[in-house]
Amino acid sequence: MGEWMTVTDPDLSSDSKNICQYTSETKMSPSSLYSQQVLCSSIPLSKNVHSFFSAFCTEENIEQSVSYLDQELTTFGFPSLYEESKGKDTKRELNIVAVLNCMNELLVLQRKNLLAQENVETQNLKLGSDMDHLQNCYAKLKEQLETSRREMIGLQERDRQLQCKNRNLHQLLKNEKDEVQKLQNIIASRATQYNHDMKRKEREYNKLKERLHQLVMNKKDKKIAMEVLNYVGRADGKRGSWRTGKTEARNEDEMYKILLNDYEYRQKQILMENAELKKVLQQMKKEMISLLSPQKQKPRERADDSTGTVISDAEEDAGELSRESMWDLSCETVREQLTNSIRKQWRILKSHVEKLDNQVSKVHLEGFNDEDVISRQDHEQETEKLELEIQQCKEMIKTQQQLLQQQLATACDDDTTSLLRDCYLLEEKERLKEEWSLFREQKKNFEKERRSFTEAAIRLGLERKAFEEERASWLKQQFLNMTTFDHQNSENVKLFSAFSGSSDRDSLTMHSRPRQKKPQNMSNGSPVCTSKLTKSLPASPSTSDFCQTRSCASEHSSVNVLNITPEETKPNQVGRECANQKWSMASRPESQEGCYSGCSLTYTNSHVEKDDLP
Amino acid sequence: MNFSEVFKLSGLLCKFSPDGKYLASCVQYRLVVRDVHTLQILHLYTCLDQIQHIEWSADSLFILCAMYKRGQVQVWSLEQPEWHCRIDEGSAGLVASCWSPDGRHILNTTEFHLRITVWSLCTKSVSYIKYPKACQQGVSFTRDGRYMALAERRDCQDHVSVFVCSDWQLLRHFDTETQDLAGIEWAPNGCVLAVWDTCLEYKVLLYSLDGRLLSAYCAYEWSLGVKSVAWSPSSQFLAIGSYDGKVVYKEAEKTPRLAPGRLAFPPPRAAAGVASPAETKYEIASVPVSLQTLKPVADRANPKIGIGALAFSPDSYFLATRSDSVPNAVWIWDIQKLRLFVVLEQLSPVRSFQWDPQQPRLAICTGGGKVYLWSPAGCVSVQVPGEGDFQVLSLCWHLNGDSLALLSKDHFCLCFLETEDRVGTAFGRPGDHT
Repeated sequence: MGEWMTVTDPDLSSDSKNICQYTSETKMSPSSLYSQQVLCSSIPLSKNVHSFFSAFCTEENIEQSVSYLDQELTTFGFPSLYEESKGKDTKRELNIVAVLNCMNELLVLQRKNLLAQENVETQNLKLGSDMDHLQNCYAKLKEQLETSRREMIGLQERDRQLQCKNRNLHQLLKNEKDEVQKLQNIIASRATQYNHDMKRKEREYNKLKERLHQLVMNKKDKKIAMEVLNYVGRADGKRGSWRTGKTEARNEDEMYKILLNDYEYRQKQILMENAELKKVLQQMKKEMISLLSPQKQKPRERADDSTGTVISDAEEDAGELSRESMWDLSCETVREQLTNSIRKQWRILKSHVEKLDNQVSKVHLEGFNDEDVISRQDHEQETEKLELEIQQCKEMIKTQQQLLQQQLATACDDDTTSLLRDCYLLEEKERLKEEWSLFREQKKNFEKERRSFTEAAIRLGLERKAFEEERASWLKQQFLNMTTFDHQNSENVKLFSAFSGSSDRDSLTMHSRPRQKKPQNMSNGSPVCTSKLTKSLPASPSTSDFCQTRSCASEHSSVNVLNITPEETKPNQVGRECANQKWSMASRPESQEGCYSGCSLTYTNSHVEKDDLP
Repeated sequence: MNFSEVFKLSGLLCKFSPDGKYLASCVQYRLVVRDVHTLQILHLYTCLDQIQHIEWSADSLFILCAMYKRGQVQVWSLEQPEWHCRIDEGSAGLVASCWSPDGRHILNTTEFHLRITVWSLCTKSVSYIKYPKACQQGVSFTRDGRYMALAERRDCQDHVSVFVCSDWQLLRHFDTETQDLAGIEWAPNGCVLAVWDTCLEYKVLLYSLDGRLLSAYCAYEWSLGVKSVAWSPSSQFLAIGSYDGKVVYKEAEKTPRLAPGRLAFPPPRAAAGVASPAETKYEIASVPVSLQTLKPVADRANPKIGIGALAFSPDSYFLATRSDSVPNAVWIWDIQKLRLFVVLEQLSPVRSFQWDPQQPRLAICTGGGKVYLWSPAGCVSVQVPGEGDFQVLSLCWHLNGDSLALLSKDHFCLCFLETEDRVGTAFGRPGDHT
């Protein structure tokens, strides 16, 4: 039987071995090993079961086959098929029960094996497909690896080439640089050579020219001549002068004179420019001071009037000091002083404006509208106008002062040269009379103007008051309507509120200034003038003095009027006036255009088309 | 605007007398003097040959007619028609002739710039000035006629000589720091002389009347340099047009070494007027304007690049410039603000432009049948009436700015503008238009 097993098995076993190899390669587990063994043994059993039964056991060899089976089974660990012998010689009986048990067990085992085989087969299949897949993957990856390796090699090659190229280019660049250097050198040398040659050529040319000159000019060329009917006189009518050293010197002198004149002219211009600039600076400073000081003293003034005046007095002193020293001191010191003070004032102004802006943004006053803005401008214009008037008044006062001074001078002469004076007395008297009449007339005019001015101021005050009221009501209304607050509106307010605040302050300064006799602004020139008057005139008991005091008094009175009035001024009417002015300004271009178009009409006679440029 | 009838002309030789009373014009070898207002012929002089150059003396009493081909100059008197004078330079030849400012001397430059001969009409005296330099602008008289500056070349070195015109005495002689001097020009106040170098080198030198170097200006190196120079009427500023298409507006004496205001051309910022062919009117173009630009030929001499012409308006408020690479356009700059005021683009290349001597009004001609006028208030283009084509090649203003002579190849006519008051309203003042 052992022989047969070996005959029938090989192909299967090899097959199974192959499988075993496969499986072992894929999965090495003890359970699988076991199943292998089972498989190995079970397959021949199942396949050759029929032939087994047909060939294995016949009628004759039952005994042998049973014993063989028993033997085989016992080797496989089954219980023996024979009953246990009781004695030594007794023939062992076949134990049916054991046989059946064995058979059952074998059948169970067979079924189990079949199941296991099936499992293993499916697993095998699965593993096979896995294997295939993995192999595919492997192949693919290998391919990829190969391509990337190739790519890498390619890139490396390219890199190498590029590096090579780069090196070459570097080399080339270096060569080119060398070449450029060389060429530059060549150019330089050529240039020098060229210049040299040029010089040589030019010398030759000059020589030739000289020669030509000699040839052309020295030859008695009869053609070179001038035919004139008769000689004409010089344009200036003078005769030509001989050339001497004197004329040379005169020419020199004249030249320097011309140059000097030019320089003088220029210096004068520069001086004028300087003076102008200084004036501007000074004015700026003054305006700044006037703008800033009342704002500082405002809160205090409310509390205590006397302190305010004290402060203003101090400032006035400072202002006057700087003002007086302004024109006397040398340029540098003045410059420094002026710039410093202006810088300071400017800083104050800036901070003030910023503060105002902040305040305004906090308060959110939205009551202001365009009307208010206009009023602000109008106010400014009005003040300007008033300033102008004051300026005029000031000028008038100056003329008066001059007249007075003249008088005074004559008076002084009285004391010292009384004898001489007598002969001129009559003439002087006459002149004085004339001057007096002139002066009176001027004074009258002045008074008239002043009156009109105060009237205007009063009117202004009334209007301002009315406007204030209007504004207050309007504010109230706005405040009530606060809920319908518009953002844009608030922006408008932001823009203009600072100015409006300052305008208020302006008005304040206007009424506070004259009371304190503070020379800060152009508008309050009159008190300054009076003080000057007192200064310039020595204390002498004369009619002029009396006159001066009178004028002073009159000024004061007018000023007082001014003091009272502008407190409630609101330039409403003026604003309207200015609006009118604006309108006229706007209309002017139109009229101009009208003229222009008229012109163009005339132009069309000769086929003219025209267009305005922006 | 009215036009006179068309008169014959040759060689674009037509000039108003300095006193504004007469108009001299040439037809071949004849010189015609007309009254400016009636245009009637007052005198007719006949010269020996075709006239190539005419010039009025400063007192309007004499006219000089130069015939370069013959080497002769003929002078005619207006007061005495029978008076005549003929100057013959003989074999030395003649290339230039001009009056001295006193109107009694004639300066003739001989061929090859061998010398300048100064002929006097008062005496028999003849003076010679040797070594004049052959250059673009070698002679310059001061506005008051007192001094003459002359560029010279001696021993391969540029020199400038300053002569006193009254007796032709040498006042100053100094060498200049130039490679190859190209031109000289006095400032209108007669105290500063601007000297500029050849186009190969950017160099402008300012000399005082007494020969001191006041300042030197060089914007850059190694490139083509100065092409045109113009003094402002106030003598305070100098405009330098260079080959790189920029105009340098430089304060001449006060702060010579300060960075000058530069007027860069390439991006035209302001609007340009474009003259369209059919209706001939100026159109206002919106701000980004592309101008017709010529590509310069790089390999030829005298390339068409750079600022070829500069002119200040009489009130120094405007500066008109023309860039040769953009020949169709005239740039007008606002000098007080140092910015471009307007660009006028024409249909064809601008031949010449000239400011009205009395007011800021610019006349432009392009070689076509129209004359263009610009003022701050606007601009007009006017067709020159008359049969045939009247191609305006050149123009010149009358002294008082109320008439304008338009010159074509062989004709000329006068163009009378409106009377002063009407013109005033039409064109306005520059202050109104910013």
